[in-house]
Amino acid sequence: MVTEDLTVKGLMLILFLVVVTGVALPLSSFFVRVFSGELSRGIPGRIEKTIYRFIETNSDTENSWKGYARDMLIFNGIGFVILFALLLLQGFLPFNPEKFGSFDLFTAINTATSFVTNTNWQVYSGETTASYLTQMAGFTVQNFLSSATGICIAIAVMRGITRHSTDKIGNFWVDMTRCTLYILLPIAFIFALILTSQGVIQNLDPYVQANGYGSTGQQTIAMGPVASQEAIKELGTNGGGFFNANSAHPYENPTPLTNLIEIFLILIIPAAMPLVFGKMTGKIRQGWMIYSVMLLLFLLGFCTLYAAELAGNPLLKELNVSGISMEGKEVRFGLLGSSLFATSTTATSCGAVNTMHDSLTPLGGLVTMFMILLGEVAFGGVGSGFYTMIGFIVLSVFIAGLMIGRTPEYLGKKIEILEMRAAVITVLVPGILVLLFSGIALVLPNVTELMKNPGPHGLSELIYAFASMANNNGSAFAGFDASKPFYTLTGSLAMLIGRFVPAVAMLAMAGSLAQKKKVPPSSGTLPTDSVTFSIWTILVILIIGALTFFPLFAMGPIAEHLSMVGGI
Amino acid sequence: MTSIKKAIFLFAVLFIVTGLVYPMTVTLVSGLLFPDQAHGSLIVDNDNRIIGSTLIGQNFTAPQYFQSRPSASGYDATASGGSNLGPTNAVLLESIANRKIELQKVGVTGSIPSDLVTASGSGLDPHISLESALIQVPVVAKARNLPEEKLKSLVLAESVDSPFTGAYVNVLSLNRALNEMNQSSK
Repeated sequence: MVTEDLTVKGLMLILFLVVVTGVALPLSSFFVRVFSGELSRGIPGRIEKTIYRFIETNSDTENSWKGYARDMLIFNGIGFVILFALLLLQGFLPFNPEKFGSFDLFTAINTATSFVTNTNWQVYSGETTASYLTQMAGFTVQNFLSSATGICIAIAVMRGITRHSTDKIGNFWVDMTRCTLYILLPIAFIFALILTSQGVIQNLDPYVQANGYGSTGQQTIAMGPVASQEAIKELGTNGGGFFNANSAHPYENPTPLTNLIEIFLILIIPAAMPLVFGKMTGKIRQGWMIYSVMLLLFLLGFCTLYAAELAGNPLLKELNVSGISMEGKEVRFGLLGSSLFATSTTATSCGAVNTMHDSLTPLGGLVTMFMILLGEVAFGGVGSGFYTMIGFIVLSVFIAGLMIGRTPEYLGKKIEILEMRAAVITVLVPGILVLLFSGIALVLPNVTELMKNPGPHGLSELIYAFASMANNNGSAFAGFDASKPFYTLTGSLAMLIGRFVPAVAMLAMAGSLAQKKKVPPSSGTLPTDSVTFSIWTILVILIIGALTFFPLFAMGPIAEHLSMVGGI
Repeated sequence: MTSIKKAIFLFAVLFIVTGLVYPMTVTLVSGLLFPDQAHGSLIVDNDNRIIGSTLIGQNFTAPQYFQSRPSASGYDATASGGSNLGPTNAVLLESIANRKIELQKVGVTGSIPSDLVTASGSGLDPHISLESALIQVPVVAKARNLPEEKLKSLVLAESVDSPFTGAYVNVLSLNRALNEMNQSSK
């Protein structure tokens, strides 16, 4: 802890990323086979057919984008109603050994919205509020279904780009069934068992009364079916912790190895998505181009965060305390394990934490906030990261086209007004929500009383809250008290709009692109799989993010950093 | 069939599979394969009473034991969480200064490793860094009237390492090993 051997850590990081890439590659082939229906033969095929007969659909009927979006919204609506009901009725339902009462109305609205939108923002504390039934049949279900929803939308967008002269982009029920049964469920099951073998708990026991050792006194230890939720929580980039401390809790994340496994699970599907795209379009290079853009943004974030934490807190050094600041960090993860988790969870829409982001150094905290505010595209949320990235790419193609006088087209499809509208909505809506709601909150009386920390850091807490909700991340500068009705309700609104408006916009883009004819590449075509275009896309992403939020960063984390190093 | 009906039926199927069958199967299988881990890696003493868990930290304060890290929840294992204090917050700096004074009072000297005076993220961190254990050796040795060298080798024997972290020690395991050593040396 006193000295970090940077060579070893660097090698570990490279090795880790090689493993992620190495697994993402075959996983992407698996995705293609699942969604093309190639896997739906034999016994799984028969199970699938039974389900389809039950809901009167079949895998050959496909929908227009409007039908797809409608089914997606209705399905998520049902999910909301069921979860909402479970939360309000919790006190009367079984699997509740600690006899927790029901959620109150506002908390229930916020929590149900949060889990349906893949945000998993938590205004409740798991071990003192949620019964085992709520955790399993409420949260775990939505962990599966909200992440499957994201993947389905991404796949539909890919189809829209790949197909031509058709208005069909897929059958939502079929995609949903295949995604859940073939991809999420088996991977989650295997990793739940692996996590248990390393010490993550999985039981329905009442809380354990321990006597303590020596003079430490009695200790009540919270229990529960943690591993089954932990696996899908990371795999689906959901992030809602079983316990209040989330993945910092030793029962959710007991060792350096489980920590690594959990980071791997967070990244693996988002990392596979651009490669799926490459395979579906038959333009492998295009997939790798998107992958490299994501990877570079990720590394940029990681290196800054790691360096900021490594430099540490000079105020602690003045107190003759050695090493990096360990406030909010766990010893067993080390700086690398903490930084990698913090970057991964915010660069995707996961939002699980193994380190309290509120206690990171100002620049370290800035990185987590910035990764969220960029729209979570550095691998991104499962599905949502990919389609947001497509929004950015369309924007990049258009701006580049204007600047150098090329016809804006992407993979043989003309970018026209509808595509641009969808891209701009996808890219800007979350940011607008953050600015709007933070702005309103700041002029309300007594807002500083909700902040745990004074000065610029308090502002960072507030911005982070809305950034996290509008971008469906779910992590927090958790000192901020967001339990007041104003925050639970505006937060729910931010989560809903931030999730479904971009989703529907991108489906509309998919529908429009699917109908177009393919234009053969000409001398006027801007190549979108070149290094130049990759760099250009990164710049567009960074510039949009920086322009939108720089004033807030300056008044929050940057001001705090300057006061910390300058001792103001 | 309308989309609403389809949605309800498909939701029902997936609800049963992911919300009931999946977690119950994981509970069953992990309970068979890894019963100890699945139920919390609990430690039971000779009288069959539960002492605690190897994974959950405890609040050791007496001088004859190695101390754990500070905890925002006082090692309440039903109220996990960190302090959420920001890096420039005066409250944080003050509590770190106070913890340092407390440590110096019991006889810890020199520059103090950060983990020993800062609260963990979970409030239940079972570990301290090797440096934080070593810096406590003279205090514990004095309280137990044991040679420092013997304690130091015990700490080193208990410490584990990983490529991601520096060496660290499980405080509960260390203190149990300490009591065992005391008993066998009597």
